[in-house]
Amino acid sequence: MSAPSNLDRAESVGRPLREEPRPATRLRARHLLGIADLSAEEILLILDTAEAMKEIGARPIKKVPTLRGRTVVNLFFEPSTRTRTSFEIAEKRLSADTLGIAVGTSSVVKGETLADTALNLEAMAPDMIVIRHGSSGAPHLLSRICRSRIINAGDGMHEHPTQALLDAFTIRAHKGRIAGLKIAIVGDLLHSRVLRSNVLLLKRLGADVWVCGPPTLMLPGIEQFGVHATTSIDEALADADVVMMLRIQLERMQGGFFPSLREYFNVFGLTAERARRAKADAIIMHPGPMNRGVEIASDVADGPYSVILEQVANGVAVRMAVLYLLEGSVA
Amino acid sequence: MPTVMDADRMSRALVRIAHEIVERNRGVGDLALVGIRTRGVPLARRIAANLLTIAAEQIPTGALDITLYRDDLMRHAVGPQPVVRKTEIPFSIDDKKILLVDDVLFTGRTVRAALDALIDFGRPKAIQLIVLVDRGHRELPIRADYVGRNVPTSRDESIQVNLQETDGRDEVVLQRAEAV
Amino acid sequence: MPKSLLLRGGRVLDPSTGIDGFFDLLIDDAQVRHVGRDLQAGDAVVIELARGLVVCPGFIDMHVHLREPGQEHKETVATGAAAAIAGGFTAVACMPNTDPVNDQAGITEFILKKAAAADKARVYPIGAVSRGSRGEQLADIAELHAAGVVALSDDGKPVASALLMRRALEYAGMFRMPVIDHCEEPTLKGEGVAHEGYHASLLGLKGIPAAAEEIMVARDVTLAGLTGGTLHIAHMSVEGSLRAVREGKDRGVRVTCEVTPHHVVLTDEALDGYDTNFKMNPPLREARHREALLGGLGDGTVDAIATDHAPHHYDEKGVEFDRAPFGIVGLETAVPLALDRLVHAGVVSMPRLVQLMSINPARILGVAGGTLAPGSPADLTILAPDLDTTVDPARFLSKSRNTPFGGWSLRGAVAATIVGGRILYAHSAFPALAAAKVARA
Repeated sequence: MSAPSNLDRAESVGRPLREEPRPATRLRARHLLGIADLSAEEILLILDTAEAMKEIGARPIKKVPTLRGRTVVNLFFEPSTRTRTSFEIAEKRLSADTLGIAVGTSSVVKGETLADTALNLEAMAPDMIVIRHGSSGAPHLLSRICRSRIINAGDGMHEHPTQALLDAFTIRAHKGRIAGLKIAIVGDLLHSRVLRSNVLLLKRLGADVWVCGPPTLMLPGIEQFGVHATTSIDEALADADVVMMLRIQLERMQGGFFPSLREYFNVFGLTAERARRAKADAIIMHPGPMNRGVEIASDVADGPYSVILEQVANGVAVRMAVLYLLEGSVA
Repeated sequence: MPTVMDADRMSRALVRIAHEIVERNRGVGDLALVGIRTRGVPLARRIAANLLTIAAEQIPTGALDITLYRDDLMRHAVGPQPVVRKTEIPFSIDDKKILLVDDVLFTGRTVRAALDALIDFGRPKAIQLIVLVDRGHRELPIRADYVGRNVPTSRDESIQVNLQETDGRDEVVLQRAEAV
Repeated sequence: MPKSLLLRGGRVLDPSTGIDGFFDLLIDDAQVRHVGRDLQAGDAVVIELARGLVVCPGFIDMHVHLREPGQEHKETVATGAAAAIAGGFTAVACMPNTDPVNDQAGITEFILKKAAAADKARVYPIGAVSRGSRGEQLADIAELHAAGVVALSDDGKPVASALLMRRALEYAGMFRMPVIDHCEEPTLKGEGVAHEGYHASLLGLKGIPAAAEEIMVARDVTLAGLTGGTLHIAHMSVEGSLRAVREGKDRGVRVTCEVTPHHVVLTDEALDGYDTNFKMNPPLREARHREALLGGLGDGTVDAIATDHAPHHYDEKGVEFDRAPFGIVGLETAVPLALDRLVHAGVVSMPRLVQLMSINPARILGVAGGTLAPGSPADLTILAPDLDTTVDPARFLSKSRNTPFGGWSLRGAVAATIVGGRILYAHSAFPALAAAKVARA
């Protein structure tokens, strides 16, 4: 625009801050590869923007023209219903043209490398690529060879940044803040990208994070993550404000990480009785998909303190915020 | 930095606009106010208060954030990205006469975006536009139905509206662009 | 063309003979003739060396992968031998994990023939311990030895069976050949791709615990003690391995060990960003282990620096971190790294560096070189310890560019590499060395 207008006017309206520090005004990086790259201010910007995005889902016409003419490729190398659908809805609500590529229907099965797949997509000039991949760091590889903006939708055991953001959004909606909360994360810590992203995010916003799981599924070097690590679920849950259960993948038993699912549930499963150790108003979270009776009892998952379905609903708003903010990021 | 409107003049303009609304719409039935964020929102509330005094009826009032409808959204190379804030229209706009409120009418692009946004909420019977200041230089075929004050400006000037609710005082000032 | 060369004015440094000072060095008929003051030139080509240059016995990289036969897209004997010369190495010992594996005389002879044709660095083939390096049955060790193999190894893989390792140490002893083991307990290594610890955890990479190496080193040292065989530990990367070697040496076990430049320069922190040029096996370890290795270099526990030069095509490295092959090229970066990060950093002295990169590798492998004693082959490395080097992979003579050191600025360079009395490499900063022509003996 050539002349100043009231569209350009910086908004300086004081807004009540729910937590320190103040939100950033835009994202610095052109990609969302992980929470590790985000400052606390940027995380707050995403969460605040998601608040506004959430309202769009309640409108009769759940769509805004913001990303009209932008093309977003959803490149999923691992099966995913929840995350993929959530991204697709978010993209469509922002009026982006979306294209889903699943591994089974592409040339990837014919032995094409990830780099070649990405370069071929790139030749069709998408604006963003949302990637889910079984190898840690696959989005980083893409970010080095593509001009498109890259969003990590889960890479191996590394990160799942939008999941952690939607978890934080959900926690904030219930608790009004993140700082100072006791948050217990229980389950297969070693293989969980949700854990890594959540630990990074929650620590950055000042939460008191406890992680709990069998020693065989503990992260090596956990003492350097700045969290409390314990093998006692009772200790982890004591007076917790938030309880986050992680999925136990059934093949871990074959890997010899624990003796049996029954024993796992007995030692680490979230039962109604154990949940009572947490604060009276604690919320129960799970990134899904759940194994009922393995890491979480059905009556807890379906109980009044469970916010598991809310997490799913909030995922769309958070991903809309990420798409919008990345499109306008500095780089 | 000439003051275009002081607090008193602003207050009188808003009362006059309220009277014009009642006159033109023959009462306040089916009316609803929607303020464009940021400063259109407190202005809409003030007009609602004036209408309550005049017509003894509470007019539903909402807030509209047009950021996601802006036509220049993805064209900014530098500077802060517009903050997306909540749109709150806690009533159905179907078959209502919507009074859209903004502080300054300039190019018309904000109003264009607001019209697009409103249409996504339903099918109003009519939309009327209220602005505190019309400074000219329209780039789109848009005009206001109610104007607090027409202020002729040059393109390199800007109009700054300050409101008690957002800025701590009521005044409208004309600034050289460099001073913004 | 003259057959003699007289190097004048450099610092001649040969700890094997106790020489360290500004001397003339006369080469004639591919051998070192004299080291002394004011030698007569006769009909020799005379080169006046700048006083800052250091003339040493030729460096020997006792651990490289030349990829030929079978993987010539990564490297060939000729390109690897050329890279060696450019990196200051007059000789290399190449690992047998080619395709097919160097487990029989025919392949050894093939490699030696390629090396002779290349006429660059000397190439000493290492034969497989077991047939196909499958770890089941000993290879034809006597035939390999007769064909020219200087050591045995299943490198790339550990000798997993303790019994086979025992037999190999016993049998190889007959030929006075060392068994070089890539120490790694396979079940503990599992699918690991990075050092098990904080950084791998943060990056979501499967870990290889330090114990996977330490256990095998301890086993091998024990077996070397049992058999009286000669053991050499390849690319040692952790503190516990060093401890086991030190303990073995203390009680007279015939064990030696090497470390790579990358393990003493880098740590696992470098993995942030998932650059596959930081992926090697053993993996980059955490700082504690690196410091222990530096200690081992200083106190004499570590016997040699070897590069584990492992060329890979860029297509092979340009994939997801967990799918990329292990290994980096090292021949053309080792000397500047050693000079900058070890000598100038005060970790080792210049004489000690010559031991680590020349004298000890020659002795461990039982090959010629590693000395400037009169009558020994005229294999020399001339160092320019204060010449600045910027690592430019595009200029490597190796076929592959998989180095994590691209763009690094280092103090120290190779001035020239002399093999059999001929100057096969000279740095462009020293035109006199580049211009000298000496006939083949």
